[in-house]
Formats: sequence, C-alpha cells, structure tokens
Amino acid sequence: MKDRLGRPPALLMVPAALAALLLLVPPVAMVASTSWSQLPEHLTSRVALDALRLSLVTSTVAIVFCLVLGLPLAWLLARVDFRGRGALRALVTVPLVLPPVVAGVALRSAFGRTGLVGEPLLAWTGFAFPFTTYGVVLAHVFVSMPFVVIAIEGALRSADPRYDDAAATLGATRWTTFRRVTVPLALPGVVAGTVLGWARSLGEFGATITFNGNYPGTTQTMPTLIYVTRQADQDAALSLSLVMLVVSIGVLVALRDHWLGTP
Amino acid sequence: MRRLVADLHVADRVRAAFTVEPGEVLAVIGPNGAGKSSLLHALAGLVDVDGTAHLGGTDLLAVPVRERRVGLVFQGQLLFPHLTALDNVAFGRRARGEDRRAAEAVARDWLERFGISDLADRKPHELSGGQAQRVAIARSLATDPDVLLLDEPFTGLDVSVQVALRIELGRHLRDFPGIALLVTHDAIDALTLADRVLVLDDGRVAQVGPPAEVAAEPRTAHVARLVGLNLVPQGGELISFTPDAVTVSLSEPEGSSRLRWHGPIATLAPHGDAVRLLVHASPDLLADVTPAAATELELVPGREVWLSAKATAVSRYGARDTGR
Repeated sequence: MKDRLGRPPALLMVPAALAALLLLVPPVAMVASTSWSQLPEHLTSRVALDALRLSLVTSTVAIVFCLVLGLPLAWLLARVDFRGRGALRALVTVPLVLPPVVAGVALRSAFGRTGLVGEPLLAWTGFAFPFTTYGVVLAHVFVSMPFVVIAIEGALRSADPRYDDAAATLGATRWTTFRRVTVPLALPGVVAGTVLGWARSLGEFGATITFNGNYPGTTQTMPTLIYVTRQADQDAALSLSLVMLVVSIGVLVALRDHWLGTP
Repeated sequence: MRRLVADLHVADRVRAAFTVEPGEVLAVIGPNGAGKSSLLHALAGLVDVDGTAHLGGTDLLAVPVRERRVGLVFQGQLLFPHLTALDNVAFGRRARGEDRRAAEAVARDWLERFGISDLADRKPHELSGGQAQRVAIARSLATDPDVLLLDEPFTGLDVSVQVALRIELGRHLRDFPGIALLVTHDAIDALTLADRVLVLDDGRVAQVGPPAEVAAEPRTAHVARLVGLNLVPQGGELISFTPDAVTVSLSEPEGSSRLRWHGPIATLAPHGDAVRLLVHASPDLLADVTPAAATELELVPGREVWLSAKATAVSRYGARDTGR
C-alpha cells in the first residue's frame, strides 16, 4: 500500500495502535489462560448447560418480541410524521444509555410486586414478573429493544420513501406497502438490527440480576453464572466466558457484510 | 368516459387550470422548475395541493392516493428493486386484492404487449434503461388507471432507445382509453405523442394548444428555443422567425423594412450545413450563416455583430393567453 498523501503521523499511529491493543489483548489473554483440559467438564456441567439453555431461550424469545414490537415502532419513527416524533425517538434511546443496573431498578418500579404495573397485575392474575424466566425475557426486551428500533429505523430511513409513493399510486394500502416494499427493501438492516439486539440480550447482566436475582434453572443466564462462578472457580469462569466469546464472534461473522464488508 | 377538469395550486410551485378530454394526451412542457413534476405529483396525490381535479363527478383530490386510479410513471422508474419485472407489473393488481395467478396473467400480457415477456424473471438491476422504462409503463397500465401520468419517460435513455420507445409509447397511448398527461422537456415528444400541449412557465400556464400551433407560434422563450425559433416581444405582440431568416453583418444594415438587433456573439456551433450563432442581443437570438460567410466575416465569440430580418419573413401574433 502506498501512501500518496504522505506517511501517517506518529501522533495518530501511536494512539491507534494502543487502542487496537487495548481491545485485542483481553480476549486473547482469556483464550490463552483457558484450561483446555477442564473445558469439556466445565461446559457439560448441569449448571452450565442450564444457564446456556436459559440464555439462548430467553434471548431468542426476547428478540422475537423486540422484532414484533420494535419493527412497527421503527417504521412509525421513520415513516409517519406526527407531533412529538423527535421526543419519542429520544425516549426510545434512553435504555441505551441507562446503566443496566438502573434499568433493573426501573423495571422493579414498573413490574415489581408492588410496582406501578406489577401490583395490579399481581392482584388480577396472581402473576408477577420478578424472579421468573418471564422476568428475564422482560429485562432482555427492555435493554435490547432500543438497539433493534434504532438500527431498523436507520435502515428504513435509508430506503427511498418514494418506493412507498409508487406502491400507493399502484393501489397498495400502507400495510401492503410495509409488508411487500418497505421491509423487504430494508431487510439487510432489519436482520443486522435483530442480530445486534440478540447479542445485546445474550450478554445482558445488570438489569437481569437486579430484576430477577440469580436462580439456577429459572433466572440464571450465562453472564450471571460466569459472575458467580468466578468467585469460586476462576478456571470454570474462563471456560464459560470462552463460550460467550465464540458466540460473539459468531455474531460478528454473521454481520460481516454489514460492518466488516466496507473497506 | 369522463373528462378531467383540474384547477391545481401547489404552494410555491405551480398554479394551473386545464381540461383534458377522455382519450386525449396532454403534453406538459416548460423549463426546469416550471412546476411540471409538481403538477403530476399533485394529481397523483403525492404533494399537498389546493384546488380541485374533477374526473366526471369525482374530485380526485378528495380520494386517497391508493383509490385514485391515477397511474404515475416516475422519473427514474422506481421499479421495486427486490421484485422481478413480472412481480413489479403484477404488484398493483395484487395490492388491489386480485389473486396471484390472475394478476400474473395480466402482467404477462402487458409484458407481451411491450415485447419484453422474455424478461419477466429479471430483477430491475438486470434490465437496460429502455427495458426498465417499458416495465415501469406496463406496471402503471396494468392497474387500468383512469389517468396515466408520465414524468419525463425518455430522460436518461440513449437516443436510439428513445426513438424506439417513443414510437411504442405512441401506440399504447392511442389504445389507452383514459386521460394521459406527459411531462417532457423535449419538443419532439410533445409534437409526436400529444394531442394538445400545455406550456408551463414559472408555475403558470403560458399557452395551451395543438402541438403544431404551439410550435409555430410559441409564446415563451423556452418553447421557442425547443422548436429552434427566435422569439422577440415587440409592443403588445410577439414576433418569431427562424435562425436562417436572420442576416448577419458587421455594420448596421440599411433599409427601413428590416428589423435589427446588435450584440456580441456568445457561441458558434455547426448546425446541419450551416454555422449557428447565439448572439447576446436583447433578447438572445439565433442566426444561421454559411461556413463561407462565417470565415469571411471572421465571426468569433465576443465579436460585435448586427442581426437583421426582413419584416416579411417573421410571423407576428398576439402575446395574449400568457396567463400573466
């Protein structure tokens, strides 16, 4: 590669190299310190399998909810002009910047046994979210939805809205247009947003543990298991972390056309 | 069939009243920014508009876009990129509730009529410009619209493709029982495809009439330039004359029967067997001279020249109906 514009200055190259190292060294160190001989034993333990199964199930269910509810919200923000659209978009992004623990506290306030929604819900149905697998899903939906909505809204916005006009002049209702034109045109972005939200959901820790505690089999997901295992058995925590690393890299590979595809 | 009686006002863009008879093709011409596309988009319902557009007893502007039965062939086609040519053409009928088999049969028939049935399974990016435009027109016609709107249907196509498509479109427009509006910036489209021409200038109707009449007695500088005529306002009248009726000289011409102008040459370009000058007189005028004369008079850009025309070689007509 020739630098027609001159050599890149050290003032930029040194911080760039440091940044790259800072991001690369921890995961590499993690792989390096994994105890490979104990790995099968760690990963096939009852607790680990339960947590892995719970993580996959709750994240997948959560992302289905995120998509079913978030895709229409993203469409609303991208395609319908209404008062307060900017405000709504800003509010949707709040859980993005909220510390996950705070998200858990907020979920408690709303869906806890004495919460704003939780108390009447409990009174009418006898059901409460906290400390159940349903609660885990709810927490996942809460933290992942903003990712899904923002990513999909961006994709919908970059799809030319004149295709919607064309569909309307041909006699299509807005629902038909949404189904047959808008979403198919934004499909790569919709898929990317979904995968991103799923990954966020899989890694969710703070809100889940605050809202649901840490009960093996019902609310203990991989991240919470890793956290408690680490206190007793460093090697087992490393093995479990390796699984998460593999899943994360899998997500990156799935998205490579979107993020890594650009030179 | 019903006639279209429209009086449209798109804020800051266009204000125009016009009538189109069933089966008629109305060409809308005018310079960029004259409001041609706004007029079409207003009829299709894609921009905010005041006024009325009565088709028979119905005011189209009060009907939701999808129920208007107004087909718009967009500039740049806007074929759905994820659908095949067949699915694009079938889209409108399926959207209106027809089942897939019936909609596809009609779509196939339209592709057949445009001679592109072999391209049914291609995606838009696999079509040439001319093929894509045929699919776009077929897509609109397949919905059996009451009103067909064509927005610059030949823009961006090779000249040879334009010629072929113009002939084809002319045939389809003759068969089309509804009302057609064709926005174009090309005089030949208006002359060959339209029954009447509506000239827009700065958002207003400057002239309406049969193509031959508009071409012979243009009322706007834009149309005069399109048909290659000089147009000079004089008193309350307009005079128009062809560039080859103009005599070029270096000194002021004699003779009181001649109209005369003076100014620097802006450009020279070969035009057929002649050399065509654009002269910055007031207004700008075109003049054709022989290459020999151009050499002899040492005509170069910037050179001051006199232009004159015999009063008997110009046509003189009223400037009324300018809409101003």
